[in-house]
Amino acid sequence: MSYITGVGLTAYGKHEGSSSLDLMSEAAELAIADAGLKRPEIDGILCGYSTVSPHIMLAIVFAEHFGIRPSYAHAVQVGGATGLAMTMLAHQLVDAGVAKHVLVVGGENRLTGQSRDASILALAQVGHPQYEVPLGPTIPAYYGLVASRYMHEYGVTQEDLAEFAVLMRSHALTHPGAQFHEPITVADVMASKPVALPLKLLDCCPVSDGGAAFVISREPTGSTRVRVRGCAQAHTHQHVTAAPALSELGAEIAIARAKEVSGVAIADVRYAAVYDSFTITLAMLLEDLGLAGRGEAAAQVRAGHFSRDGAMPLNTHGGLLSYGHCGVGGAMAHLVETHLQMTGRAGNRQVRDASIALLHGDGGVLSSHVSMFLERVR
Amino acid sequence: MSEANGRLADWTTGAEAIVYQSCAACGAKQYFRRSFCCACGTPDPAENYASGEGTVYATSLVCRAATPETRAHIPYNIVLIDTPEGFRMMAHGDNDLAIGDHVTAQFTPFAGRLVPYFARTKS
Repeated sequence: MSYITGVGLTAYGKHEGSSSLDLMSEAAELAIADAGLKRPEIDGILCGYSTVSPHIMLAIVFAEHFGIRPSYAHAVQVGGATGLAMTMLAHQLVDAGVAKHVLVVGGENRLTGQSRDASILALAQVGHPQYEVPLGPTIPAYYGLVASRYMHEYGVTQEDLAEFAVLMRSHALTHPGAQFHEPITVADVMASKPVALPLKLLDCCPVSDGGAAFVISREPTGSTRVRVRGCAQAHTHQHVTAAPALSELGAEIAIARAKEVSGVAIADVRYAAVYDSFTITLAMLLEDLGLAGRGEAAAQVRAGHFSRDGAMPLNTHGGLLSYGHCGVGGAMAHLVETHLQMTGRAGNRQVRDASIALLHGDGGVLSSHVSMFLERVR
Repeated sequence: MSEANGRLADWTTGAEAIVYQSCAACGAKQYFRRSFCCACGTPDPAENYASGEGTVYATSLVCRAATPETRAHIPYNIVLIDTPEGFRMMAHGDNDLAIGDHVTAQFTPFAGRLVPYFARTKS
């Protein structure tokens, strides 16, 4: 058994002058306070990576900087799936008695700490160094390839994909910490600059500065009790050239395993937090996870199904597409928002019922997947 | 086309060729070169030249590049090609290629390298 006892999140966007360690510290401070704990009570630390400040021992660098001497600490690296992978590991660590309170933290000054070109170049290195990178692909191109195939096989259109950008932006409008606060339309997405067709600028998440953190504990530390009901991973490939067929991707494998270990069915889920690096990512994952029928996710968006007042509220903070994407912290914001929703603390974004939530993270090019069910217990 | 260290030279080392490996034990084909078959683990898969024929599996036209060298080429089409030999590869291709098109490989300079470039097969 494990509980998410505290969460912390900075605004995403520009944090001029803040380092990765600054942003990690800010989020960690918030999460520990939210859990009602003090620094010395944290005995485990898991952190992600920083492309701006790479280090072979980032968790220990952070522990020293933050002023903690943990009995268990290291970094975890599975791209965009890192946040949920760390949460899964923290869950298992506290469940096994290795630690009582594990701090999970990610943060990076990816926007102001390096040029946008440098970010794009660093991320493109997830490609194969001999057989892909020399061709000049970018992360949007890797996902553009997947998008072209998905659209071909399932009759999804660019206008369909645009719906997801519009939805995420509409959610971000109500969160003061989001990077973007100007409403957009499908026409705006369609008219935005081509990046890697079929993906255009507004189909892509931004580069952001920001930090996020949670505390995973063996026992609840307060009256709000959100527990990890069950989780699972799947890793089918690293490079898009080596990806299996669309019908055999890791999201379907991970969710099947997560359902099995947790005993939760998709019909039980009341809130969804799904990785959305690009509009195609969100469309595919919703359908792979069974939150929408194949090729039907965009129609469900149009029908309001995934809106704050809909049957399956989704990424109510605005997701990576509009809250922002600071690397490892990016998708951790999904969990912070889920926790706020589950504990009735989401303010003007509060949904009716978030008693059971499904979270899903994706790293690489649909390479690494983590599915997780959270449950509010009384 | 020369062999270096017992390996066939291909476009990744500057030669106008596409090379793949096939496993004598299980018959699996692989494009990324390894000293073993990644399907069954048998060492020393055979190296073969590919015919250069293929079918378009996916495309993405890159309009925003990240380096001055690649930016000089935009827009360029990144494609995934399924080959009749049984492996999939990434390459460049004509900007108007569609999924399912039959294509044939050429080689073209890109950002200081030689890369495979697929054009629609002339019938």
